[in-house]
Amino acid sequence: MAAAVAMAARGCGGVWRRARQRGAGQPGPGPGPFPRGQRAVACNARGGAVPAGKSGLVPWVPVVGLEIHAQISSNSKLFSGSQVQFAAPPNSLVSFFDASLPGTLPVLNRRCVEAAVMTGLALNCSINKKSLFDRKHYFYADLPAGYQITQQRVPIAVNGSLSYSLCIDNKMSQMVTKTVRIKQIQLEQDSGKSLHDDTRSQTLVDLNRAGVGLMEVVMEPDMCCGEEAAAAVRELQLILQTLGSSQAVMAEGQLRVDANVSVHHPGEPYGVRTEVKNINSIRFLAKAIDYEIQRQIEELENGGTILNETRAFDSKLGCTVPMRDKEGKQDYRFMPEPNLPPLILYDAKSLPANMNHQQVINIDWIHERLPDLPSVKRKKLVEQYGILPEHSFTLLNEDGLAEFFESVVKQTQMKPKKVIGWILKDLLSYLKQHSLTVKESPVSSFLLADLLNLLEKKEISSPAAKQVFMELWKGEGKTPLEIVKEQKLGLLQDQKELEQICQAVIDGQENEVMAIKAGNQKVLNKLIGLVQKKTEGRSNPVLVKQLLEKKLSE
Amino acid sequence: MGVGIKTRSGSGRVATARLSAQPGGPRSQWAAAFLAALPIVPRGVAARWRRAAAAPGEGEGRSAGVRRRRRAGGAMLRTSLRQVSAALKDGRVTPTELCQRCLALIKTTKFLNAYITVAEETALKQAEESEKRYKRGQPLGILDGIPIAVKDNFNTAGIETTCASNMLKGYISPYNATVVQKLLDQGAVLLGKTNLDEFAMGSGSTDGVFGPVRNPWSYSKQYKDKSVPKSHSEDEESNWVITGGSSGGSAAAVSSFTCFAALGSDTGGSTRNPAAHCGVVGLKPTYGLISRHGLIPLVNSMDVPGILTRCVDDAAVLLGSLAGHDPKDSTTIQDDFKPFEIPNLTDFSKLSIGIPKEYHAPGLSSEILALWSKAADLFKNAGAKVVEVSLPHTRYSIVCYHVLCTAEVASNMARFDGLEYGHRSDMKDSTESMYAATRREGFNDVVRGRILSGNYFLLKQNYEKYFVKAQKVRRLIANDFVKVFRSGVDILLTPTTLSDAALYTEFIQEDNRTRSAQDDILTQAANMAGLPAINVPTALSERGLPVGLQFIGRSFQEKQLLTVAKWFEKQVQFPVIQLEEVKRHDSGVFQHKKSASFS
Repeated sequence: MAAAVAMAARGCGGVWRRARQRGAGQPGPGPGPFPRGQRAVACNARGGAVPAGKSGLVPWVPVVGLEIHAQISSNSKLFSGSQVQFAAPPNSLVSFFDASLPGTLPVLNRRCVEAAVMTGLALNCSINKKSLFDRKHYFYADLPAGYQITQQRVPIAVNGSLSYSLCIDNKMSQMVTKTVRIKQIQLEQDSGKSLHDDTRSQTLVDLNRAGVGLMEVVMEPDMCCGEEAAAAVRELQLILQTLGSSQAVMAEGQLRVDANVSVHHPGEPYGVRTEVKNINSIRFLAKAIDYEIQRQIEELENGGTILNETRAFDSKLGCTVPMRDKEGKQDYRFMPEPNLPPLILYDAKSLPANMNHQQVINIDWIHERLPDLPSVKRKKLVEQYGILPEHSFTLLNEDGLAEFFESVVKQTQMKPKKVIGWILKDLLSYLKQHSLTVKESPVSSFLLADLLNLLEKKEISSPAAKQVFMELWKGEGKTPLEIVKEQKLGLLQDQKELEQICQAVIDGQENEVMAIKAGNQKVLNKLIGLVQKKTEGRSNPVLVKQLLEKKLSE
Repeated sequence: MGVGIKTRSGSGRVATARLSAQPGGPRSQWAAAFLAALPIVPRGVAARWRRAAAAPGEGEGRSAGVRRRRRAGGAMLRTSLRQVSAALKDGRVTPTELCQRCLALIKTTKFLNAYITVAEETALKQAEESEKRYKRGQPLGILDGIPIAVKDNFNTAGIETTCASNMLKGYISPYNATVVQKLLDQGAVLLGKTNLDEFAMGSGSTDGVFGPVRNPWSYSKQYKDKSVPKSHSEDEESNWVITGGSSGGSAAAVSSFTCFAALGSDTGGSTRNPAAHCGVVGLKPTYGLISRHGLIPLVNSMDVPGILTRCVDDAAVLLGSLAGHDPKDSTTIQDDFKPFEIPNLTDFSKLSIGIPKEYHAPGLSSEILALWSKAADLFKNAGAKVVEVSLPHTRYSIVCYHVLCTAEVASNMARFDGLEYGHRSDMKDSTESMYAATRREGFNDVVRGRILSGNYFLLKQNYEKYFVKAQKVRRLIANDFVKVFRSGVDILLTPTTLSDAALYTEFIQEDNRTRSAQDDILTQAANMAGLPAINVPTALSERGLPVGLQFIGRSFQEKQLLTVAKWFEKQVQFPVIQLEEVKRHDSGVFQHKKSASFS
């Protein structure tokens, strides 16, 4: 994330300056996506011809809008009864309709409509009580009907907004909240997958995905850098996962993000935009957008023009490249889908009496049953447990972590503020090191709570607790208490024994004792450390300090 | 996806039934009374109207042994569906016997080219199953054991579905259209798939890849008596008339007694037009009443499965067994449909018949005009209110239909790219060139032409100018009907076609587009508005060919529509076709590219 964060620090003020400024003392973005050598040459060449003030200081305003396709989490497809499943054997989930057999007709999946309504409500959209389906035509091997059924004219939800937070200057403590407008959410079909076999010059088509329900979420161009876009998408992802309307796993293609990027000078109209595709992680999204912004600025500053084109992000090279566009300047020849009547939704007011409830979707009913959204959950965590706001973000960003935290808190006497440290510093970093999810953690919330209770009751020292945690991580099925006993990590409860050890340390360190007595209290820490060493960490440092002080003052 | 190659097995040995001319029955009492009441009638028409024939099944003599059974069977084929159903129930004929007779007649009338595929084996199996049910005394209902035919644009599991196109030649669907499934579930015996214009685009049943359908009336005594032959052999080959279309195969099949009912489809008149030319009843139900699932679409927003039968009562039977909500077709209405028997029309005082003046269209033949006005008088004399009404936007219907139809065609045909099913070209230079070659080889000029214009109308810069405008005009056309019905009119009475059936040699002088535009003019407005409409065979023209009139009803008021149609049918006593020379035609006089194939 380093490169993107560095860019964000510069860019999120809303105005970008030419990269050349970097030369003037600012740190570069590290092994980032920018071909620095090339640009330096270009800049120098141009710098000679153009007044410095103009080329170097006229600010650029980047504009970023997003089109996000979220695969709806449902048992069956949008218009057919075929199952939806990731990585099933090719063409094993294909109904007659999915393969576009002549004479087949679409039948709308209620679950997909409900998912879209939920998502629309969660994104503060107004839900259209009447929405329409359209056909969008283009020939492609993985689009069997030759058209996609989508909602071009009247989508199911419009005019919403999404609030997201991001940190400034890469400091978790400085977070700002921003809002992006949601233009619309439309229901549409996914396409199949084409697999090109270049050696045999074949294209293999897998229709398992063909016809799966998608929600296309269109975000207005209210963002201005990769970091903002990434934060907005992350928040959307959390919302979708909370609602259960999409699993939204980018790596599995359940969440696909295309970015529209342009730059212009303040006060001038928006520049020509490019569309960046092929972005398959949130990290790459930030990178791709920032690269594209920088590329456009350089292109324009070098006297070039921006083409209205589709570009693909190459994650290996870290740059965007023009895409051989399958759609090109195609005319999609939109047409109303004649086989689907208008989609009518009801609310409590408009719901007709005597209507079969299986046949209608009641917006109010769905609204009342929306789960707590991430923003609400975070607020509750902060209020209930007194943790820092930024910690609430981290808790929600990891699937299941907030629940894990709450479960530990319930089972221990330790204060939540102290628990959060264990959760974020110990558990989370171990999980990250081993690339595990919270669910896969070998240390359960029960075991961690047990451990924290030992610590809280002062039966073990903090370093010993860390040792026990490492043992627990091995997942050998031992309880913290068993580990403490086995490895003799329990604190020395025998006061006399501890006093003897303290005395032995004092007796062996004449110089240090002299220094302390001369008034250098800092040296006391050394003695404490030695006691700890002798007790193999099993002594309570507070108690040791008291004993030493007492003995030294005798 | 399973695109299998159908294996053609040898034809089964089936007893051959003969069609023989039946002696005319007693002259209809009505005809005489009617003529007396209406003195001003063009001579030719009057002659036709007087030629009232025996009611089906009447006037049959008894003879003994095999000959008797044969004759009974032969006559049986000319009865109505309801009558033959009663015969099955009474054991006067068995389902297998009936099926065999139909199959045999299909063979002897092969020259009509009504069928693309004859499903002999499966039909006999179905008949056998039906027979078991009858033996157990547990038939599934009125349709059990009834031989039917289905237009070849309905999917039939295991039986080729071609749409009369190279694109789908050899295509075997893995599923049944809902209407086909319903028929089979009620015990009907599916004889085969009937011929049509490619993808139902046409009004002659002349533009399919398997060749044109010949109108059975071309070989009727009635037609022959009227036509003046030049030289004998030349006349035979050039004197046949078209069936109309695009459901010409289904109309010809019902008309030539090879089945008791057939499914067609109706987008702009494709059921009613051939019904009129072939002298059968053709019902286009209200849009949304019958499922389109499995019907290979022409224009989704106008397509309706059509019903072709020998009489109005039979159409009501079929309607009752097909109508109703289908979860697989979201455009079918949710309300339950109650099958009905058509009541007798007795109270005319509350009946208001509208005569839309715009249907007095250019090109309307004088004899049809006369028939139309006679029919109006018939209602008037019975005590109904007959009023002239105006549907002012009807004249924009053709051009409006052209835009909407081609746009949907362009969209619907996009799926035929050679990847999942159907024809695939050998062209392998690129995916795009494969698409192009596949579609060029798979579709005929008519289909390609409509795709081209449809795509033009849907282009971003044209969409508002053409498609949106056409939709608005469509709304106006539909509103015309709403206004008329709101004014108190119950049923509209119009001609179905401008004239009787054209000679094939004349018909093909004009291109498909011109023909479709002319021929759909009186029928397509009902599709635009989604209204139920029915062709009732009314009389024979001066050439001895059938002419029909059309009744258009209110949405979902099929019962009222059929009640009026049935009364009218009873009054006009349309003559039975006299196919006396069927056998001779079967003996190889005619050469055909392709007709029925047996599977």
